[in-house]
Amino acid sequence: MPMFDDFIFRAFAAGIGLALITGPLGCFIVWRRLSYFGDTIAHSALLGVVIAYALNFNLIISVFAVSCFIALSLLFLQRKTSLPDDALLGLLAHSVLAIGLVLLGILSFIRIDLMGLLFGDILSVNVTDLMFVWIGGSIVLVVLILIWRPLFAGTVNLELAKAEGLNPDLANAIFTVLIASVIAISIKIVGILLITGLLIIPAAASRNLSSTPIQMAIISSIIGVACVFLGLQSSMIWNSPSGPTILAIALGVFILTLLPLKKLLISKKKNRIK
Amino acid sequence: MDSLIELKNCGVTRNQKWLVRGVSLKVSQGQIVTLIGPNGSGKSTTAKMALGILKPDEGSNSIKDNIKISYVPQKISIDWSLPLRVLDFMNLIEKHKISEITDALNMTGIKHLIYRDVRNLSGGEFQRLLMSRAIVKKPNFLVLDEPVQGVDYPGEIALYKTIQEIVKNINCGILLISHNLHVVMSQTDHVICLNGHVCCSGVPKSIVKEPEYIKLFGKNIDPTLAFYQHEHDHEHLPDGSVDHSH
Repeated sequence: MPMFDDFIFRAFAAGIGLALITGPLGCFIVWRRLSYFGDTIAHSALLGVVIAYALNFNLIISVFAVSCFIALSLLFLQRKTSLPDDALLGLLAHSVLAIGLVLLGILSFIRIDLMGLLFGDILSVNVTDLMFVWIGGSIVLVVLILIWRPLFAGTVNLELAKAEGLNPDLANAIFTVLIASVIAISIKIVGILLITGLLIIPAAASRNLSSTPIQMAIISSIIGVACVFLGLQSSMIWNSPSGPTILAIALGVFILTLLPLKKLLISKKKNRIK
Repeated sequence: MDSLIELKNCGVTRNQKWLVRGVSLKVSQGQIVTLIGPNGSGKSTTAKMALGILKPDEGSNSIKDNIKISYVPQKISIDWSLPLRVLDFMNLIEKHKISEITDALNMTGIKHLIYRDVRNLSGGEFQRLLMSRAIVKKPNFLVLDEPVQGVDYPGEIALYKTIQEIVKNINCGILLISHNLHVVMSQTDHVICLNGHVCCSGVPKSIVKEPEYIKLFGKNIDPTLAFYQHEHDHEHLPDGSVDHSH
């Protein structure tokens, strides 16, 4: 199809597809206080990128494999040590980032656009990437819907969910894999330094507007899509990097949601009655 | 009658210390078993073994196949980031019909709060919500971990009356945990006093007939409550050891 030849169309399609998935996943990250976990996985993505270039392998699959490995290592370390989670996450995030950078230095034949990797280079999205976003993203969404109940019940209270016959531990493990896959498909779009922002900021903004969990997940997706759309438009106008522009817009939306819009509307109505 | 759950000589150890040891108990359909004991005596640990969320390190726990279990945990804190209404909380584990939900909320007297945000409820209202959520699916086995905490005295009696109604209506087995060492629900079939191990067990005496109590509280004491007479053959020393000398 000719529209897939247009790099601007591909950029919008990829960004909007990603924002649709990060909406509900981001809600769970906020509810479960996992933002540092997202960061850790994202930092370790650099290692995945270096491996992909060194072995001339698909970037997204390589990053996904490394992310899953890091997530499993975390589960293993949680059982083997008595260190608190944030210390373990810090240990993993920075050591794996360091290993990635060391490898990058040793394998001097690799030329990586480091800025593009860190902050996203959405205009370089090709048709394969786009397929990963939409097909992979659809799978992520379907799986999330399937595990929604045990995952959500476990988020509210783990023991209650277990006692009443759900399997929240399995749901948690699957959720970890979903985050790893979203981070893998998001690298070109927002970059590894900023993906946690795209997960958290729309969800946080949505929290201010919603009164039920499902509402929050849907509004979060809508806000994410709006931010990607406006962010990409602005980045083309200002010639700024795509990832940071999207997140700057998202911050603006978040601040807007903090304004007591509902109260303003209600008080206006009251004044009219008077 | 075969039991819904049974613990046989169960114990749980953490960091080379026994949290609780040698506990045996059975709960059958329509029966109320009350666990009492001081803080840290292993009541919640025992309840978790009965629920099957904690595997005993010693002994065995068996739960009858295909029974519906409901659990009212001692503490639930809902994170601020989670928008959750009473209705959503009622549907947490499985989805129920709205008529079933309003019935269950009505039973504890909080039907009017159905669209309220859970984090805006008072302690007592939240306790009632936990109870409503537990009974909405008509369980066979219900575990209540200190269901009356944070509820004032009249509320406590009302909640105990609700529990009695539940037993009558849905005929389930109940394991009730209480930190009140002397007063239990009068309908209790069996009381187990726990302090790291089973100190004593028995049947509660009716409070209304106890002359000492009538002297203390007058004749207006509510018949929902009953008095439990401890029969310990040993003493717990401050260093945690047990003295059998008397």
